[in-house]
Amino acid sequence: MKKSLKKVLFVSLLISPFILPQEGYANDQIRIVGSSTVFPFSTAVAEEFGRSTKFKTPIVESTGSGGGMKLFCSGIGFEYPDITNASRKIKQNEYNTCSENGIRIIEVKVGYDGIVLANSKKGTLYNLTTRDIYLALAKEIPVNDNDLTLIDNPNKTWKDVNAELPNIKIEVLGPPPTSGTRDAFVELAMDSGAKSFTALKDLRSSSKEGKGEFKRIARTIREDGSYIEAGENDNLIVQKLEANPNAIGIFGYSFLEQNSDKLQGSNVNGVEPEFEKILSGDYVISRSLYFYIKKNHIRIKPSLLNFAKEFTSEGAMGFDGYLADKGLIPLSENEYEEVKINTINLVELEL
Amino acid sequence: MSKNINSMMLKRQSAEKRFRFYGQASLAIALIMLVVIISSMTYRSIPAFTNYGLNLSINLSKENIAQDNINYRRLIRDNISLLDSGCDDRKCRKEFLRLFSSGAAYELRDTIENDPSLIGKDFSKFILFSDDADLFYKFGIDNSLPESERRLNDREITWLNGFKELGLVEKRFSTNLFTNGDSREPEIAGVLGAVIGSLLTILITLIISFPIGVLSAIYLESFAPKNKLTDFTEVNINNLAAVPSIVFGLLGLALFINFFGMPRSAPLVGGCVLSLMTLPVIIIATRASLQSVPPSIREAALAVGASEMQVVFQHLLPAALPGILTGTIIGLARAFGESAPLLLIGMVAFVVDIPGSFTDPATALPVQVYLWADSPERAFVAKTSAATLVLIFLLIIINLAAVILRKKYQLKW
Repeated sequence: MKKSLKKVLFVSLLISPFILPQEGYANDQIRIVGSSTVFPFSTAVAEEFGRSTKFKTPIVESTGSGGGMKLFCSGIGFEYPDITNASRKIKQNEYNTCSENGIRIIEVKVGYDGIVLANSKKGTLYNLTTRDIYLALAKEIPVNDNDLTLIDNPNKTWKDVNAELPNIKIEVLGPPPTSGTRDAFVELAMDSGAKSFTALKDLRSSSKEGKGEFKRIARTIREDGSYIEAGENDNLIVQKLEANPNAIGIFGYSFLEQNSDKLQGSNVNGVEPEFEKILSGDYVISRSLYFYIKKNHIRIKPSLLNFAKEFTSEGAMGFDGYLADKGLIPLSENEYEEVKINTINLVELEL
Repeated sequence: MSKNINSMMLKRQSAEKRFRFYGQASLAIALIMLVVIISSMTYRSIPAFTNYGLNLSINLSKENIAQDNINYRRLIRDNISLLDSGCDDRKCRKEFLRLFSSGAAYELRDTIENDPSLIGKDFSKFILFSDDADLFYKFGIDNSLPESERRLNDREITWLNGFKELGLVEKRFSTNLFTNGDSREPEIAGVLGAVIGSLLTILITLIISFPIGVLSAIYLESFAPKNKLTDFTEVNINNLAAVPSIVFGLLGLALFINFFGMPRSAPLVGGCVLSLMTLPVIIIATRASLQSVPPSIREAALAVGASEMQVVFQHLLPAALPGILTGTIIGLARAFGESAPLLLIGMVAFVVDIPGSFTDPATALPVQVYLWADSPERAFVAKTSAATLVLIFLLIIINLAAVILRKKYQLKW
């Protein structure tokens, strides 16, 4: 008797995972993937949405912008995500993949994110230009403004870069190449710095190959130890900066805001990284954040439209919304109204 | 001559003494490291175990409740505004309200739904402070900094000090940490969702990997023909035990999710992936403990006429059980602390609802630690340490179970 009971138990244990109810599979819980930069904002909206409506709280995964797009564009149906977050605009080839799979997209611009170069309050405040940033961090730099001869970056201290800067060793902690923050940083800061060289600027506008070559020169970061890849974890960078007052860290504005008593953001091109300055676009290293809704899913998941409405509501994305408290730089009033109307009317993205 | 022997003896004895010392020193270092890790984690997690809140007397008049949809947020707002903020513009009122947890309205909703008799009465409710205000009471604030660089401005500090003088502020044990799922608000975020997710995942792992692992080990050890194929299988199983866990995650993504169409982020898939990882460990441990059973047992059983199967199941297996269980539990403990393979199958996710079945979206405890460590809000630093402590605590329980089971089934020859 005891033995047969044991047998029954054993067998039922073995097969239980396969016969247990598969509910929760084909339900209308929203699934969100994508950028780790948008993650804190997306989760805040998801939580609020789950608490204030009768719908289930959406599941938000942090997969990175590219990974999110890949999942998002793979197909239509319950096994594919409904929304993907991105810290950049959707690329043409990603859009094409989506279209091939019959996916129609609604683009929603969420707001802006500034990328700051910050160091500990115990250290000196840096006044940098994008040219300085390029000269300090590029792998190869041209010998002078009009000469395209490239040399390995010889700059060891900030004074080597620009005589007005302090004589402090260049130590920059930043994200690895897989990170969207890194992509945006090289695109916004390094490109603009490289463009300040006449020769490079000419190269960029010369031809398609020239443009590719320019990108390579501008966006390749040195690997001799002056730029330290500090992983995706921005909190870790913040802790390391406290320990080393001379080191500069590169991360999103929300981390500077949360640690404004310990860290100072370097001025870039004479503009300090502040809420208003990023909002107005005066602070150059800032990018737009987006999320993309799968229009095909709106019919099968009624909660999706409600979620989009919650995200674009005044209370969330608006100027005084709770996302601003989380560190999002909101859209300007006109832009916000346009985004809101487009979202509610389900205007499809055409590329 | 004797002098020579004496000096040799002395040398040998001192060599032994030195060796003992090395051993003790290593043990001491290992212990110190353990103590340092646990105590620093504990120290850093202390703030996470308490929350400051405000005892607010709430007046629920019948008119407030009359509508079908009660706006609890409004209710909280109105009642908090009864505390005199001295505000006359919107910005000021917003700052004032920002001091309180945004979860307060939902807590009030739950309180009233649980006890509708409160409607129309005055009662006292404990309202949590938001993370910034909470940190102010825990650590104070550096007044030397300019106002713009502090998380709280002068006006907010005046209010917070005012509450304290009025005796409204109370420090309570943070039950949220153990009864809630994840949240973006540090004061209401908890580990329960992650703990349940981890347990469901590990249960699947156990159900799949234990029988398969033990049976394949028994077959390989006692029944498999000695040929090239068996050797090849053995070598591969041993190699699999050394494969980095992320590889199993990739395999799980391709096989379970893309091919079998199992749901993403579910403990079912997590358990399947982790069991791939645990299988070789269990097989190796089981084989080792079967081998360590003295051959006399086997031979004696065969001598009195037991069949090969009877020998294995009635004699070898009971004798090897303590070792098998230990191996299994160590394998499971490793799987329990694993986060890399879960990344690829969608379990690194923000999941608020507490999972109720094997197919509900869930996350795991190590993943929760990672997600919190990556959150910008400073109050999550303490939360991260607290979650780590919970993880360590659960692992200690698992290992304790291993020790107890081993003691219980141990046979003395």
